[in-house]
Amino acid sequence: MTNQLVGIEINDLHLSFGETEVLTGVNLDIQPGEFFAFLGPSGSGKSTLLRSIAGFGPTPRGSIRIGGRDVVNLPPWKRNVGMVFQSYALWPHMSVRDNVGFGLKERKVPSTEIAPRVDAALELVGLSHLADRMPNQLSGGQQQRIALARTVVVEPEVLLLDEPLSNLDASLRVQMRRELLALQRKLGLTTIFVTHDQEEANTTADRMAVLDKGVIQQIGTPQELYDTPQNLFVAEFLGTANILGGQVETDGSAKRFRTSAGDVLPLSEGHAGAGSIVLRPQNMQIVDQAAADTLPGTILHREFMGSQVRYIVRTSGTEMIVDQFHHVGHDWRDTGSDVHLKVNTNEAVIVAS
Amino acid sequence: MSNASPHSNGGPSLLDRLPASIFPRVSGLHAAALIIAILLIGLLIIPVLQVIYVAFLDPNTGALTLQNFVDFFRTSLFRESFWNSFYVSAMSVVVATVIALPLAYITTRFNFAGSVVIQSLGFIPLIMPPFVGAVAMQLIFGRNGTLNLLMEEKFGINIPFMEGLNGVILVQSIHYFPFILINLSTSLRNIDRSMEEAAQNLGSQGMRLFRRIVFPLAMPGYIAGAALVFIKVFDDLGTPLLLNVNNMLAPQAFLRISSIGISDPMGYVISFILVAFSIFSLWASFLVMRGKDYSTVQKGGGGLSKRDLRTGEKVAAYAVVGLILLLVLSPHIGLTLLSFATIWSFAPLPDGFTIQNYIVMWENSKQFIANTVIYAGIAAVLDVIIGTAIAYIVIRTGIWGRKSLDYLATAALAVPGVVLGIGYLRVFHSIDIPFTDKPMASWWVIIALALMIRRLPYALRACTAALQQVSLALEEAAESLGATKSSTIRRIVIPLMSGGILAGFVTSFATAAVELSATIMLVSSESDAPLAYGIYLFMQTPSGRGAGAALGVVAVIIVGLGTFLSQLMIERDKKFKSTDQSH
Repeated sequence: MTNQLVGIEINDLHLSFGETEVLTGVNLDIQPGEFFAFLGPSGSGKSTLLRSIAGFGPTPRGSIRIGGRDVVNLPPWKRNVGMVFQSYALWPHMSVRDNVGFGLKERKVPSTEIAPRVDAALELVGLSHLADRMPNQLSGGQQQRIALARTVVVEPEVLLLDEPLSNLDASLRVQMRRELLALQRKLGLTTIFVTHDQEEANTTADRMAVLDKGVIQQIGTPQELYDTPQNLFVAEFLGTANILGGQVETDGSAKRFRTSAGDVLPLSEGHAGAGSIVLRPQNMQIVDQAAADTLPGTILHREFMGSQVRYIVRTSGTEMIVDQFHHVGHDWRDTGSDVHLKVNTNEAVIVAS
Repeated sequence: MSNASPHSNGGPSLLDRLPASIFPRVSGLHAAALIIAILLIGLLIIPVLQVIYVAFLDPNTGALTLQNFVDFFRTSLFRESFWNSFYVSAMSVVVATVIALPLAYITTRFNFAGSVVIQSLGFIPLIMPPFVGAVAMQLIFGRNGTLNLLMEEKFGINIPFMEGLNGVILVQSIHYFPFILINLSTSLRNIDRSMEEAAQNLGSQGMRLFRRIVFPLAMPGYIAGAALVFIKVFDDLGTPLLLNVNNMLAPQAFLRISSIGISDPMGYVISFILVAFSIFSLWASFLVMRGKDYSTVQKGGGGLSKRDLRTGEKVAAYAVVGLILLLVLSPHIGLTLLSFATIWSFAPLPDGFTIQNYIVMWENSKQFIANTVIYAGIAAVLDVIIGTAIAYIVIRTGIWGRKSLDYLATAALAVPGVVLGIGYLRVFHSIDIPFTDKPMASWWVIIALALMIRRLPYALRACTAALQQVSLALEEAAESLGATKSSTIRRIVIPLMSGGILAGFVTSFATAAVELSATIMLVSSESDAPLAYGIYLFMQTPSGRGAGAALGVVAVIIVGLGTFLSQLMIERDKKFKSTDQSH
């Protein structure tokens, strides 16, 4: 590829549909060649943000720089941004070959050059043998790959994927996910992937942005977002989280967290003030003996999940989800029994509120 | 690979950097919207407003007055015409309902092998313009027609099916009952089985279930169909004219204008009443329908539960369907017989058969047929161009006032052909054809434009439906691959709409080809006359009836073929796109 890798810089982007603001003060810096994900629930603005990078929808305020060039006021066809649509959007009146060749024709590429490039793109997605089919003769997975070939054949500066896997069935989704990543690595294209599925984002993205209500909540690697969420939304949206409200108290070098129910847990770090402690189900063990770092509780419910057993434990403050690894021969706790939850406070995260 | 990106070197052109507010991105579409708005205002709104305005003018002084309306209701002929028009329309709705109700009920409630026949009954009448069948109907149902001659011979009775207003009612209800049949069956089919089952589960059954659940749910469909029949009959000029029933509103308007002249105020008063009734009926049916989209079918669910017919019921059902089929086909049969008849008078069947009528017709009608092809062709081409443009502007752009284009074009539905014809005469008689000193009102192009306006609502519906089938993502995909708006429209939108556009073209063409009410006002010389006018001329003399019927057969073939082709295109289009939106 002769294309130079480009980054995307978004500064203070605002966008409204009529009266309702759907994007508020979005700032993003996506590195050249990065596989970046927008993750959020439906209505969070993630698709709107992606579409405004492609040039669809109302013109936003703020700037979107692709490779340093502000594209906010450019129509979609002048942006050289490749987009793969959720519905694939293959044109039903054109053969696979004509679909893939469309963008090259629009760019006035000589026809002698179009054929080999279309062939190469089809080769890339492994569907050379389907070149003369019509889109309605293809399976969902094949349509997906053709849509991808159609987009990358024009060598866009940026590849945008709008929920590209949501129309595939579960088994195919995992396979396509890996193929997408492999293709992205091969082409080295700066890529943005929109999804509401955290597993998809976690497994593919170099970094991701979590959006809610049109605001970027946090940006980081999947691991950073999971391990150190900056707010309760991110904590709850990524994985399962138990959240206890309360206060961080400092007493000399000793720090502790006092829950609103009055229980106290020792902390290794933290700043004094109101906050919440975020505990993942695997951050706790069920033990019989009370200690400084335990909370008393009663087992309400038990679910066997194969590799682990999930307990719902009522503590004085709230109901906690606790996962314990399952080993052959281990006894399970019975519902109704009184236990203590040992909290690995060094794995816990304090979120200020 | 070489880099084909349009701006990898040099960056955006100067034009791209100009703010969009100074040079709107889609100025081509803005221009199109403006031109269409001007066309619609000039060719629809101004003529109709002119007609209404003149109805309130004193013909001598030019002052505003209500005197014309007073005169209208003081004249017994006009009062009679008014009540006749009202009576004929209402009775046509009643008779059409009597025909449509059993058919709709049988197809939607029972497993009936004859349902295919019923479905075809839904369009067979519509492919024959009612005025074409009117004369043939007289030969079958008239005082000395086939049926009465046979009944007189066997039982000594004569039923006045075709006497005066009865004839108009019979012809109109046979022609227009499909509107009720189609609308009623659709709403019956759209009732989910669970609606009925829930009522049964709660203890309701039989007639009570029908009256309390099924009938109210089907009501909006029925009202829509009935209102349409009422307006169509109220406005129709051709049928009463050919049956020589002149004491109705539309024929009176025509006769006043054509015999007394375009300055006679009565034609305008009648036009005002026709328009007012049209708008009122549409508005009333809208009010009744508002908030009553009762389509309750769930995904995967079926319509009302159907049961098998018992033997006796089956016989009865076939008898009813057979009888209605015979009735519906009688204009077609009569017309065909008449077109091949030597002499057919005071006899159940023609005296002999010949193809002479077709030869006479061909020798005298080449001009009519050629004119028809030209007028209907121009009208249909303009209709689909304007229809596609309006559909795109309304659905895909944010152009200010775009909805009003849709309303303007659709408003043509409420304007009777006679009124549009009178309006054109009034507006264009004072404007000369470019580069000549002849008035535009007598120019053949005006006929084509009137047909274009009359058929635009149908073409617009077809184009709108076609565009709604095209997912927005298909356009965005093209744009993100570098295709400009105009290139996207040309290479993606239009090809994907082509089936719907063609169907719209064919429907517009076929129905414009047999339009009589507007053209009869605007034809200024026989050499400019289209086919429908030719049939009217032929039918004026007993000796011309055979050739007129032959021309009528040609008209039926044109409309029938058109209907068939447009159905074919819509079906093909559906299959073609079936996979597109389905995931």
